[in-house]
Amino acid sequence: MSVASVTLDSNRGRDRTDARNDALFRWALRFCALLVLAALLGAALSTLWGGREVLFGDGWRFLTSAQWNPVENRYGAWAPIYGTLVTSLIAIVIAVPLSFGIALFLTEIAPAWLRAPIGTGIELLAAIPSIIYGMWGLFVFVPFMAAHVDPLLDASLGRLPWIGTLFQGPPLGLGLLTAGIVLAVMIVPFISSVMREVFQTVPVRLKESAYALGSTTWEVAWDIVLPYTRQAVIGGIFLGLGRALGETMAVTFVLGNAYGLTASLLMPGTSISSSIANEFNEAAGLHRSALIALGFLLFVVTFIVLLIARWMLRSLQRKAGKA
Amino acid sequence: MSTRIHRRRHAKNIAAQVLASAATLLALAFLVWILWETISRGLQAIGISLFTKITAYADQGGLANAIVGSAIIDAMAIALSAPIGVMAGAYLAEYARSTRLGATIRFLNDILLSAPSIVLGLFVYVIVVLPMTAATNGTTTFSALAGSIALALIGLPVIVRTTDEMLQLVPSTLREAALSLGIPQWKLTVQVLMRAAGSGILTGVLLALARLSGETAPLLFTAFGNNYMAFGPLEKMASLPAAIYQYTNDPNPALHAIAWAGALLIALFVLALSLLARTVFARGKTSHD
Repeated sequence: MSVASVTLDSNRGRDRTDARNDALFRWALRFCALLVLAALLGAALSTLWGGREVLFGDGWRFLTSAQWNPVENRYGAWAPIYGTLVTSLIAIVIAVPLSFGIALFLTEIAPAWLRAPIGTGIELLAAIPSIIYGMWGLFVFVPFMAAHVDPLLDASLGRLPWIGTLFQGPPLGLGLLTAGIVLAVMIVPFISSVMREVFQTVPVRLKESAYALGSTTWEVAWDIVLPYTRQAVIGGIFLGLGRALGETMAVTFVLGNAYGLTASLLMPGTSISSSIANEFNEAAGLHRSALIALGFLLFVVTFIVLLIARWMLRSLQRKAGKA
Repeated sequence: MSTRIHRRRHAKNIAAQVLASAATLLALAFLVWILWETISRGLQAIGISLFTKITAYADQGGLANAIVGSAIIDAMAIALSAPIGVMAGAYLAEYARSTRLGATIRFLNDILLSAPSIVLGLFVYVIVVLPMTAATNGTTTFSALAGSIALALIGLPVIVRTTDEMLQLVPSTLREAALSLGIPQWKLTVQVLMRAAGSGILTGVLLALARLSGETAPLLFTAFGNNYMAFGPLEKMASLPAAIYQYTNDPNPALHAIAWAGALLIALFVLALSLLARTVFARGKTSHD
């Protein structure tokens, strides 16, 4: 046997182990990647399974009934659904113009040296854990609303003929409006960072042409930048909406946990996530099943909202570590 | 005529700029307000007993068991999510960069990133806590392990996404050079690419830790809480966020003070991690240029 054939044989052996290891490695990686799919699918299926008694037992009545009565063991989800929708809507109504202003300031108005530190400051709002928003909301912001904002709204907007009912009520501080404002502060960094990112993708030539024709900064922002980035901006708003719908800790403390349905935004309410957080550990049997069913509803709704958001944002350049 | 139009446009422009600046100031004011209240109220209750006494003493106690519990649960969570996340990210970057499966996983990973954390808590309750209760006839119900699995699900998408992006940034010449030397692909990925993207991947892990260490909702029905010191992964375990939640819901103002101190600890930890992640990332960037 010659020397050359020996080395060839040993090489072939190594090739074979290399190929086997490569295949193993590839399968291990693919398995881990598929775990991401499994997590989402599992979250949907497990909450569907956990809430099956209520979801399949009561069907539509579970969604439309406003009666949530653990004593009589009857559960209707309308009050928490209403609270989730109203607080998220308030949050969006407040956060979208604020975020647009911030993005406009950081891309067109602020001097260059100011942009990075202020941008970091706004992003810090997203790094604060939601439990701290909740504590601050309950101990600081609720008394502030009760002392200053609620009486003012009741005396001014509350007197108006049509929208007056929205702003009438005792100055509790707690309630749908307070929760909506806290949520707005929480989602501003997400919406504004998407807006800021897409505003920077607008070709400079386009903006300069508008400026050369004599446009003001506002006209460039409103007539050039916004139409150019419309799709991604809507995506960013949906991303914020998805966050607001699912947020738990910040709203649980400031909503007041009341199942009554009222037209006034100054009155306490409840939301899907705060009902689950407040009651889950004391619940048993059908009550627990109803809460898990609420979780299923929340998951499906946020999944759809986030799906729309990501679909609209898919053209965006991805940046590291950002939500 | 033309001057009137000009003046109106000018006024509108000024108003818009003022409003935009005011919006930025308002957001920053909220940031300062929240941080200020957390720091000033938290500092008042920080003392030696916060770190030495457990929550069983209530308003005479501290948060020692919650701090230890958070450390254990967070460490287990990151130990679970980091390897899985890095491997999943490597799959996306190295094997599925432009396949349909890769695009789908990336898309769904982004959704998992913003999924409501309380639902992930319910998910782990149904798949871990309930089966474990049934298997042990109720001797083990809520557990630190279940809590860390729930938190791992929060951190996982952050790590997957950063790893994927950082590996994609590694120049393909490095891959070609290594492959032309006959290195098998697994060795190339582990020993060349992950080393080149190391600081970026570490940034992702740190950001994931920052994110999951502040989460409360998923812990409530998984790790539950415990007024005494616990070390076993199958025991109910206290954690800082859950203890803060419990104390905030209590009418006793002395407990609120302890809760603020706990909130300050979490805030400092999260901010320090975010800063560390930034410096690691910045240093990694310069060394490769």
